Amino acid sequence: MTITVENVTKVVRGSMHVRDVSLSLAPGTINILLGPTLSGKTSIMRLLAGLDAPTSGRVLVDGDDVTGKPVRERSVAMVYQQFINYPVMTVYENIASPLRVRGVAKAEIDAKVKRAAKLLRLEPYLDRLPLSLSGGQQQRTAIARALVKEAKLVLLDEPLANLDYKLREELRTELPRFFAGKGTIFVYATTEPSEALLLGGNTATLREGAVTQFGPTPEVYRSPKDKATACIFSDPPMNFLTVRVEGGSAVSDVGPSFDLTGTLKDLPDGRFEVGIRPNHVSLGPYAQKLAVVKGTVAVSEITGSESFVHVDVPNARWIALARGVHELQPGQTIEIYLDPSKFFVFDVDGHLVRAPDWKAA
Amino acid sequence: MTMARIELNNLAHSYKHRFSDSSDWAVKPMTMVWDDGGAYALLGPSGCGKTTLLNIISGLVTPSEGKVLFDDIDVTTLPTEQRNIAQVFQFPVIYDTMTVAENLAFPLRNRGVERRRIAERVKQVASMLDLSSDLERMASGLTADMKQKISLGRGLVREDVRAILFDEPLTVIDPHLKWQLRGALKRVHRHSRTTMVYVTHDQTEALTFADKVVVMLEGEVVQIGTPQELFEEPAHTFVGYFIGSPGMNVLPAVVEGCKAHIGDSAITLACRYPKFASEKKIEVGIRPEFLRVGNGGQGLKVNLLRVEDAGSRRIVRAELDGLPIAAIVAEDAAVSAGCLSLEPDPEHVHVYVDSKLVRA
Amino acid sequence: MDKPLDNRAWFLVVPVVAIVAFNAVLPLMTVINYSVQDTFGNNQFFWNGVGWYKDLLDPSAELGSRFLAALGRNSVFSIIVLAIEVPLGILVSLCMPKKGPGVAFCLVIMALPLLVPWNVVGTIWQIFARSDIGLLGWTVNHLGIDYNYTAGFFAAWFTIIVMDVWHWTSLIALLCYAGLKSIPDAFYQAARIDGASRWAVFRAIELPKLRRVLLIGVLLRFMDSFMIYTEPFVVTGGGPGNSTTGVSIELVKIALGQFDLGKAAAMSIVYNLIILASCWVFYTVMTNTREARQERLA
Repeated sequence: MTITVENVTKVVRGSMHVRDVSLSLAPGTINILLGPTLSGKTSIMRLLAGLDAPTSGRVLVDGDDVTGKPVRERSVAMVYQQFINYPVMTVYENIASPLRVRGVAKAEIDAKVKRAAKLLRLEPYLDRLPLSLSGGQQQRTAIARALVKEAKLVLLDEPLANLDYKLREELRTELPRFFAGKGTIFVYATTEPSEALLLGGNTATLREGAVTQFGPTPEVYRSPKDKATACIFSDPPMNFLTVRVEGGSAVSDVGPSFDLTGTLKDLPDGRFEVGIRPNHVSLGPYAQKLAVVKGTVAVSEITGSESFVHVDVPNARWIALARGVHELQPGQTIEIYLDPSKFFVFDVDGHLVRAPDWKAA
Repeated sequence: MTMARIELNNLAHSYKHRFSDSSDWAVKPMTMVWDDGGAYALLGPSGCGKTTLLNIISGLVTPSEGKVLFDDIDVTTLPTEQRNIAQVFQFPVIYDTMTVAENLAFPLRNRGVERRRIAERVKQVASMLDLSSDLERMASGLTADMKQKISLGRGLVREDVRAILFDEPLTVIDPHLKWQLRGALKRVHRHSRTTMVYVTHDQTEALTFADKVVVMLEGEVVQIGTPQELFEEPAHTFVGYFIGSPGMNVLPAVVEGCKAHIGDSAITLACRYPKFASEKKIEVGIRPEFLRVGNGGQGLKVNLLRVEDAGSRRIVRAELDGLPIAAIVAEDAAVSAGCLSLEPDPEHVHVYVDSKLVRA
Repeated sequence: MDKPLDNRAWFLVVPVVAIVAFNAVLPLMTVINYSVQDTFGNNQFFWNGVGWYKDLLDPSAELGSRFLAALGRNSVFSIIVLAIEVPLGILVSLCMPKKGPGVAFCLVIMALPLLVPWNVVGTIWQIFARSDIGLLGWTVNHLGIDYNYTAGFFAAWFTIIVMDVWHWTSLIALLCYAGLKSIPDAFYQAARIDGASRWAVFRAIELPKLRRVLLIGVLLRFMDSFMIYTEPFVVTGGGPGNSTTGVSIELVKIALGQFDLGKAAAMSIVYNLIILASCWVFYTVMTNTREARQERLA
């Protein structure tokens, strides 16, 4: 089943929740909706499911127009951020409920429930009530219930957001296993870029109801089409500097000038916004041909394995991600090193002009 | 701003009225001293007792046993409002009907501080938190991170605050705003030098905020240390697992002198260990950051499962005799499929007996 | 959240529409018809056009003076009753426990007055306030105050006001209680930490959350008190004289006492319109004030 939304818009009480979005989702793919809160992720999912009808635009399944067709008639399953399970039914009953509604034979229900429980490691808990389980287990029950339905479209709306950090990490590494090989379309909403990267598949970055880019995740991460996408898909946030190209070199507003080589090669004259990710901003010279920027340390955050150094440079506040422990005092002046081959160059309209080279994992 | 030296003496708490075995304790008996002006984090999974401990310090819960002392004064039975503390909750608590300035002024007005002083303090705190341009706006229409700043501001504005307590304050904040808010919290701490205690289950928040992190599990304190200590020398396999993303690799091993045998592979240890009794659980812990992907020969022989893209680096997921093992490699590193060898850095291989760290 | 439309749902509404049409719409049309006629119900109709309407609004006409006086009494009654019930209801809800064994007990006690049929309420108070066998009446008279609701103007008003407060304060109290229960504990904790006094906590946290609930409560109470009939009728019959005669009692007197159906019909139409208009104005003002406040934000 292929599901397509064509130019859908959703206006609720005067505010536009979804702005002219067109997406085509192929079977057997994981599609991630990445964006901050209120960027339209939940609204788009509701439109895909049929819980809401778009104000304008169409929703097509395998080419047939299903706009306005209620969700009961579509093959959809949904998992929410809050762990939603039937509180008075056991885990077994919870997982079996969609099959019972459909009138599936008892033996088949049993087989399917046990298979889903095994996949989600819920076998020891089948007789327990959801509220007596931990958050992670409750969410696994909800996911099992969604998977057992074998719907063509499974929507997950920030399902890990209410879990502890470590449980989230564990469940996140297992998610690709649940999604594997069924021909189902998975749509997963999240605010965390690291989750999108981990799950792979395709990512649509969203801002204020509009999709800024949709494509294979590594491509959206490493070749963001515009500045908005680059900002959404960076955690820690991307650092920016303004660069003016004239007379054969590029002058920046943070100090150094750059030769027009590498990513800056053959740029026309004019103003550009250059973005560089925090992990490519270094506290020490690690290679040749690095540009040096002087800055003042604002705050140094140490996690033990790495340090996030917030630096005030002329015209901006940057974050540098450095390996190891760097105890820097606020107010200390330091030099930071940039590798121009890691620059993302955007023109004045925010469109990507140059990106660093990359290859897939 | 006055600071407080917080002392917990044989503190324990149970929510049940009859406590028989250790599982009834929300906080198991502990004694701890926190210095003036320090930034501490209580880190642990849900149900480990960190929020209970915070509520005991703030006065919302009276402990079943033990004493809480602020600067050597017993405050165990004193109600919250008399302890001179401030607390920032998980979701922003602001007074809807007031502007930002009125919200910040509220605690001072309740204490009868004179008007001019209130205006001064509000201005000072607003500039510390970057709220100066929003003072006249209605508080209810603002974003979550600004509301949390107002909650924090209400604590800072009082000059008699001895400690500020945070209960998972960044839960409702978007990821990229978390960076700004965390930086603001650290800046505020540096400026005000008030003792701050921060409860969270998120290791990044705990490690970046605190000078010392208290790791808790099931009501007990497992380790207290700086982020670097917790990372480089976890005293318990739980600390190794809980801190670090991904957590430490813990593998059963047989330790003989300077060598550890894990499955079919053998690795060299930094020093010589004595022979351990055979009924004890012997494990070796190595963090993924300290495993290098080698080219055959030395190290642990593993089967590659997959390589995960984590943006600034890649995570190699492999299997050693059926046990999962992870290693971190650079963003553009190429990893060949099939069998690999992972070479550990001997300085960072730790030996654990019954889950506790053993130093040779 | 709008779901996709399914027009078959309209069929579910047909039975209700039929019943309402039979019980309300058809009689309403009859009343409108009567209001433009002069009739005593014996199927003789004399066209009167807007005659009755003109009389109603004319204080010098007999009908008008009775109507406007009754309207005045209703307004005063509603205002007094609201002024007592709303603060009292809020106060009671603040005192009701939120957790523990007392909750169920309090809720039942509060609900009891609301469950008593209205004419029984009237009967209870009619006996209760009697100076010979009524506990209240006897006590008050014994304290030296001359209290007889059948004869004294103030006694009659006092009785029906106290009766109404007894009967309906629980509604406001229960609505406010529900509103208060929805306030998370963290707000109270934060207020304690901020050193807020009880009054400051009420003003800053509780009252803002109660606004929406109070809107419903006040609207309901206003409507009901303005239309009040059974309770005062049972207690005072509208007396002494016509000092407690509201518009509804006046209507019944005219319609069933005098059989002047044309006048009664006109009066009931105008009465209805006045109530609708007042409620609409009240509601619009209250919600617009809230929206205007929202405009000021962000």
